[in-house]
Amino acid sequence: MGKCIEVTKASKNYHGVVALNKVDFELQKGEIHCLVGENGSGKSTLIKILSGVVAPEPETAIHIGGQPVIGFRARNAIDFGIHVIYQDLALFPNLSVKENIAFQISREKRHSWIQWGEMRTIAQQALEEIGVSIDIERPVETLSIAEQQLVEIARALIGDLQLLILDEPTASLTRKEVEALFRVIKDMQKRGIAILFISHKLNEIFEIAERVTVLRDGKKIGVYKPSELNHERLTYLMTGHKIERQPPRKITARRPLLAVSHLTKKDQYHDISFTLHEGEIIGITGLLGSGRSEIAQSIFGMNIADSGTIRVTGQKVRLRSNCQALRMGIGYVPENRITEGLIKEQSILDNITVTIWDRLCNGVGLLMNDQLQKISSKWINDLDIKINTMHSAVDTLSGGNQQKVVLSKWLATKPKILILDEPTVGIDVFAKDSVHRLIKELAEQGLGIIIISVEIPEVINNCHRILIMRRGRIVYECPAESADADELLIKCAAA
Amino acid sequence: MANVGNRIKHIFNRNESYLLAVLIVLIIVVSLINPKFLSGENFFAILRTYSFIGILSIGFLMVLISGGIDISFTATATVAQYAMAVFLAANPNVPIVMVILVPIVIGIILGSINAFLIHFLKAPSIIITISTLNAYYGILQFISKGRWIYGFPQWFRDFPNIKLIQFLNENGVYYGLSTITAIWIVLLIAGAIVLRYSVLGRNIYALGGDPKAAHRGGLNLFRLRLFCYSFMGFMAGIGAIVHAMVTQTVAPNALLGQEFDVVTAVVLGGASIFGGTGSVLGTVLGVGLVAVIKNALTIVRVPEYWHQVFIGGVLLISVVITATRTRLARQKNRIIDVQN
Repeated sequence: MGKCIEVTKASKNYHGVVALNKVDFELQKGEIHCLVGENGSGKSTLIKILSGVVAPEPETAIHIGGQPVIGFRARNAIDFGIHVIYQDLALFPNLSVKENIAFQISREKRHSWIQWGEMRTIAQQALEEIGVSIDIERPVETLSIAEQQLVEIARALIGDLQLLILDEPTASLTRKEVEALFRVIKDMQKRGIAILFISHKLNEIFEIAERVTVLRDGKKIGVYKPSELNHERLTYLMTGHKIERQPPRKITARRPLLAVSHLTKKDQYHDISFTLHEGEIIGITGLLGSGRSEIAQSIFGMNIADSGTIRVTGQKVRLRSNCQALRMGIGYVPENRITEGLIKEQSILDNITVTIWDRLCNGVGLLMNDQLQKISSKWINDLDIKINTMHSAVDTLSGGNQQKVVLSKWLATKPKILILDEPTVGIDVFAKDSVHRLIKELAEQGLGIIIISVEIPEVINNCHRILIMRRGRIVYECPAESADADELLIKCAAA
Repeated sequence: MANVGNRIKHIFNRNESYLLAVLIVLIIVVSLINPKFLSGENFFAILRTYSFIGILSIGFLMVLISGGIDISFTATATVAQYAMAVFLAANPNVPIVMVILVPIVIGIILGSINAFLIHFLKAPSIIITISTLNAYYGILQFISKGRWIYGFPQWFRDFPNIKLIQFLNENGVYYGLSTITAIWIVLLIAGAIVLRYSVLGRNIYALGGDPKAAHRGGLNLFRLRLFCYSFMGFMAGIGAIVHAMVTQTVAPNALLGQEFDVVTAVVLGGASIFGGTGSVLGTVLGVGLVAVIKNALTIVRVPEYWHQVFIGGVLLISVVITATRTRLARQKNRIIDVQN
């Protein structure tokens, strides 16, 4: 088949920090290659070098189709047919599907004027090629994430696509959408297009990859065939540690912390009752739109229920705002934590302590800085958050570390009840494991924890009890130790 | 057939259709209160008076679509206008082209300075343009010492009174489409063509929609910003000429405060303050709305200071409507599958 692209000794330093260290990497034409590694292992940097967005250190050599390329920039990458689909898609939300798909056409042809007719034909063809039908006149912001992704792929197909790089394309897709995506990918492979696929979901890697390159701490660990690997080995290669699963410790005291009874809200959920005990971890699972998050928001005072009662430590409460919930000792880590749970431009220090500022004031109401620093460093240590300094902006951190900052901010409030909405979505295996360990430790200290997750294995492995929601109701309840993943999945979906 | 139905639905759903409806209702209401409002004479007078605001609005729209904001354009226009007046007073017999070029070139230069500062300092455009607003004004005040300039050559006085289309009213007075309005209309068409049909225009929408994506897509963001801010400057230059022609006096503080009408008109016209949306048609309707409200208030003898209150109220209502529509649209997109 021949080589599509080859980089040797790919290196990159950011302000003295080595992000990528002499990584050799090559891709064959028409192969599906997976790039795996923890957050901060250098995957993103490698992609950025491959797509010319970041200029590597001078020792790096790039060969495309066997030819050395010097001064490789984003424009060159596009001209060579390299296209990256980032997790945060590079679409223009305000423009129509057809404009997004045919965006590069005008530049390539050096047009000064838009040819709307040509644009329509091109967009329609590109969508037909991947076998998708989407109204090309709709603004992209009105599409679902999966549809938007397909629009990006259709856009990439225009022109002479040689290499398609997908950065965690499945992070926010349903299983059905993932299958559709994989069909499109395999189709493109048949046409000789090389695919570089990045994912944290190990199942998917085994499902689609022909070769797997593992990065750790900016270095290449090796290139493997999926047949040489299994979950444990791949996890070990990525993290350098063996990860052992441990179920949460059995609870002895059965003091109820939170009792929800007959909670109902029209169009969201119906007749919800359950009790959360001290030291207990409850997993709530169900399909998208089954009402999982809405209940959590009601318990946190952000979404007032129509009827039903909530008791905290036996006392009936009427929660009308999240401030009240916070005072009752309830913490809620939202699903969309990066947008809802962090103040991105602010420092790590401020983000960790923002929830407890009112408790850390001195006599005249001024914040005690030394206390803030002390508390921040405690959480940074306890949760093993990787940072340069706690004064840098939180959006300079990788996804997994941002996640931990959100967690620590809620833990700092010393809650009695903690609700975690999709606590590990989009973070790597090792970070996932450390978040899970942390959750269990917290439960051992007596916290009551609710984990909301679509990932059934996550609730089975980390909870005491599992509740399944379907169409706004709790339809099934079972202890986690006797739960079977397939059976739960059927219960989630059953009509 | 379904396609045609969709098209019609699409047209009705457009922001511009709502605006037009509001404008028509407003005109009907005002005409019922005072029939004089609906005269051709008043119509052309409004067009002439609001050409200045209208011209600036096209420039402001361009900047807003690109995801930026420019507060300094009245200062730019004032500097351009004053320079032109000084130049014209000193050389009454220079070719007309030169007189027109001076404010335009100054406008473009001052606009480009904004673009440079915004792009290379990576500072919010609102802060940069507030700074340049003050700097441009301050320097002008210092140099001009607040002196007014008037007494322009004959051609400069005659030009704005030429009527391209002319009618006679019952009192034997001519009225009609002024050259000033014609300039505005030409610029409107040019602006609409750039935004709708040029690659440059679509790239400006793209930049405003998502600057990161625009950068990844290989667009030259600096060139786009340079175009938008110097286009704003260009419009400020032309606006300066038009304003001087209409008022026949040039004062170093005459334009101060007019930026609010421009901002109001463009935002009423459906342009998002966050960039990426807006159209020339909407902006024209926005200017129309501001013009009709102000004119109507004058005709029904509402005191001047109430005008701003009204305009403020209208802007507030339009913001509420836009916000509600966005929220409803988002709710519609949410997946709800619940058995009540």
